[in-house]
Amino acid sequence: MGMRSADVVDFPMSTSMTNTSSLLTFDSVSMTFDDGTRALDNVSFGVKPGEFVTVVGPSGCGKSTLLRIASNLEANTGGTCSVDRDSIGYVFQDATLMPWRTVQRNVELIAELHKIGKAERQQLAAGAIDLVGLRGFEDKYPRQLSGGMRMRASLARSLVLKPKVFLFDEPFGALDEITRERLNDELLRLFQIEGFAGLFITHSISEAVYMSTKVLVMSARPGRITHSFDVPFAYPRSHDLRYEPAFAELCGEVSHALRGAHQ
Amino acid sequence: MSDVMYQQPIIEESLPEPKKRFVFSDYFGPSIVFVFFIGLWYLLSEVILPPQKRFLLPTPHKVIDEGFLVWRTGERRGFQPILVSVWDTAKVALIGLAITIVVGMFLAIIMSTSRWLERATWPYLVAVQSAPILALTPLIRALIDGTQRQRLFVVVLIAIFPIVSNTLFGLVSADKSQHELFTLQGASRWTRLSKLQFPSALPNIFVGLRISAGLAVIGAVVGDFYFRQGGVVGIGAQIDVYRNRLWGAELIASIIMASVLGLVVFLAFGLLSRRAIGKWHITNRGQ
Repeated sequence: MGMRSADVVDFPMSTSMTNTSSLLTFDSVSMTFDDGTRALDNVSFGVKPGEFVTVVGPSGCGKSTLLRIASNLEANTGGTCSVDRDSIGYVFQDATLMPWRTVQRNVELIAELHKIGKAERQQLAAGAIDLVGLRGFEDKYPRQLSGGMRMRASLARSLVLKPKVFLFDEPFGALDEITRERLNDELLRLFQIEGFAGLFITHSISEAVYMSTKVLVMSARPGRITHSFDVPFAYPRSHDLRYEPAFAELCGEVSHALRGAHQ
Repeated sequence: MSDVMYQQPIIEESLPEPKKRFVFSDYFGPSIVFVFFIGLWYLLSEVILPPQKRFLLPTPHKVIDEGFLVWRTGERRGFQPILVSVWDTAKVALIGLAITIVVGMFLAIIMSTSRWLERATWPYLVAVQSAPILALTPLIRALIDGTQRQRLFVVVLIAIFPIVSNTLFGLVSADKSQHELFTLQGASRWTRLSKLQFPSALPNIFVGLRISAGLAVIGAVVGDFYFRQGGVVGIGAQIDVYRNRLWGAELIASIIMASVLGLVVFLAFGLLSRRAIGKWHITNRGQ
């Protein structure tokens, strides 16, 4: 990475933000489904401005349920979850693009649903398409795009309204390793440019450590937060970070905690 | 500008467009079947049928000579009366199809809004589909005035099921996460219907349209047969006349023209479907 000039907004680490109020707070949140399955048990944590929090945990531990509660797709049965629901961006596991819409029109969708006028939303969409690097692909249909490009379009669609909190539900889980790492870098770049706070769900420990300011480890069902790791590496992070001893060491610790959580 | 801003994202290649090319087998197959069909026809009319019954199935060249190449002799013989009748039937089929589409899609939309309503009405739609028109003719005559309206009613009755079932299936088959995307934005029911469910149902709707279009032609021919009055008559009624008078060539010629009408309507809707959704929709049958 080259020299950084003065007009860059530098996002402080979470440790220096402890006195700032959270954009998203889980306070003793529990979730029991109608069939009696206990998905979440007494989960408490917050996501503050400038933070990128990742939750890792075994399959079916209720990680995604956290996001569904935060976005009001499901109602928690215990505790409280507070968030400004108008400033949430949600990125699904799959790109969920409308196959009958071009990239441009797909990216406009959320703005369109918020009744933003045509000229304005076209402009907003063009900006978001630029941000995710899809310029030149505006008129393509989803079936003409690769999996990675579809995910970029999906990201752009959520970026349009400039959400303050971004919820990511294993967005890159279905992509190949190379594409996934590329999109990790892309997302971090967006995180820095756009300054949103992130809550990211993943299975991948290295993805979690690479992306986040904080990694939370969740236990098997019912999901509880068992460990919390602050990630000390400065942004912007480069690909080489993945091969540094300190990175490997932290991954090891998270992995260890995750194994404990599995039992 | 910072280095983060300068960093150009690396983009994977977009997928190549499938090229349209001339496929020999696309034309070869139908040609082979056509030759086989004509051969079978000659075999039937000149070998298999006993001589005294050969008038039932005139040979292909006789049909062309008498059914297509004679313009008009007398009141009903020749190609011109057949064309007039086919045109009359085509109008009934198309108007009936338009009514079917509007009513059918409306029913499907209503049914898609409530599982209860869907369950309550579904069996009756299936029943309508298989109701024998023959048995209903007296009732239709009693309830509906005018042959034109009676014919249209028959068209709707026969053609409506595929459009309802396919539209309904399409409307309820939108992705769960796509629905959630709309839920997250607080979309209204109408927005969800118009911007998510309806467009995602379009491939199914067009499948239904094509089937219904074919059935509309059948319905119109059946309607001609049962509901007619003086003046211009539909091809269904014309066929009945030829059948009674044992005019084999005209009979076969009108059957062919009725099939051609069905084929034209079917192809037209196929074309319409490709124009409307071909850009984004690919069928699962490969190229």
